[in-house]
Amino acid sequence: MKVTVKLFATFRAGRFGEQTKEYSPGTTVGDILNELSLPLDEIGATLINHRHVEEDQLLKDGDTLSIFPLVGGG
Amino acid sequence: MEEVRTFLLKHAEEDLLPWKHQSFASTHFGLSIGQVERIALEAGLLPSRYQRNRKTISLANQLRLFRSHAAVIGCGGLGGYIIEQLARLGVGRITAVDPDVFEEHNLNRQLYSSPATLGRPKVEAAHKRVLEINPAVTLYPLKVAFSKTNGFDMLQGVDVVIDALDSIPVRLELAEVSAEVNAPLVHGAIGGWYGQVATQFPGENTLRKIYSRNTDGKGVEKGLGNPSFTPAVIASLQVAEACKVLIGQGVPLTNRKLHVNLLEMEVNEIPY
Repeated sequence: MKVTVKLFATFRAGRFGEQTKEYSPGTTVGDILNELSLPLDEIGATLINHRHVEEDQLLKDGDTLSIFPLVGGG
Repeated sequence: MEEVRTFLLKHAEEDLLPWKHQSFASTHFGLSIGQVERIALEAGLLPSRYQRNRKTISLANQLRLFRSHAAVIGCGGLGGYIIEQLARLGVGRITAVDPDVFEEHNLNRQLYSSPATLGRPKVEAAHKRVLEINPAVTLYPLKVAFSKTNGFDMLQGVDVVIDALDSIPVRLELAEVSAEVNAPLVHGAIGGWYGQVATQFPGENTLRKIYSRNTDGKGVEKGLGNPSFTPAVIASLQVAEACKVLIGQGVPLTNRKLHVNLLEMEVNEIPY
C-alpha cells in the first residue's frame, strides 16, 4: 500500500518534507515513527488525513500521515 | 466629573483628545491619566494616540479595551512583546506574572532586557516600560511563578489570559485555572524558527489536547533556543487573538492550532 508521510519543522532535518512510498499492510503509525527514528517524547501531533491518531493506528492505502514536533518555549 | 468632561470636550480637536490636554487634565483635576482616558472615551472622545486604531477599532471598542483586564503569564520572549502591544493597543489593565530576573542569555530576544536591566525583575522592567509608553494603562507586576495554587486569585475577573510561559506542565495548569475562572486563554509557544498559536474558550480543552502526548517535557526549543524574530511573530498573533476576544470581533483560532514555520515560511492549521 502507498502511504504519504509529511514531516514538519525540525523533523525535516536530515529526513524529508514529504515522501510517498510502499509500506506493507499492517504498518502502524508507531512503525513509521520508529523507521524514521522520531523519538516519542518529541512528538507534538500525528494526524492521518487531518484526524489525530495514536501510535497503534493502522495505515491504509492512500493515507497521508502528518507528523509535528512538540513546541513549548516562551 | 462633569467639570472634567466639559474641559475635555472644550479642548478636543473634533473628537480627538490631544495628549497635552489629557495630561493637563490629569494634573489639574488630580486624576490619573487612566481616569481621564475613561472620562474622555465615555464622552465620545478618542485620545489622539489611538487615532490610527480607529478604522480597525471603533471608539466604542476602544472603550471596551480600556475597561478590559488581560493577564500575561510569563514576561520573557513572548511576554515582553505581548505587554508592549497590549499597552499600545490601550488595554486598560494588564497583570504581568513572572518570577525571574533578566539574564545575559535573554538579551538576544526579550524586549525589556538590556545591559541596564540585567539582574532586575522582568515584571519590574515591564512595569516601567508601560508607564513610559502608555501611562493610561495600569500594569500589575507579580514577581511570582504561576501555579495552580496561586493562579485562581491572579486570574479571577480577568477578561483574557495570555500564555507566554516556557513550560508545558505550567501551561496545562494555566489552562485549568483559566477554565475555572471562566476566562478565554490565548496560547502561544515558540522554539527556534517555529511557533504555534491557539485560543481556548471556557469549556474547550484545546491545550490539554495539544499537549496530550507529552505533558511534562520540553519541545523543539530545548535544542534550538529562540532567536529574536520568532517571539515577536507569535506574540503578535496572540495579541491579535486577545484583541478579537476582548472586542468580540472576527474569527478566533478555536479548536485549531496554527503551526508557524519561519524557516520555510509555511503556516499549517491543525484541527483539535
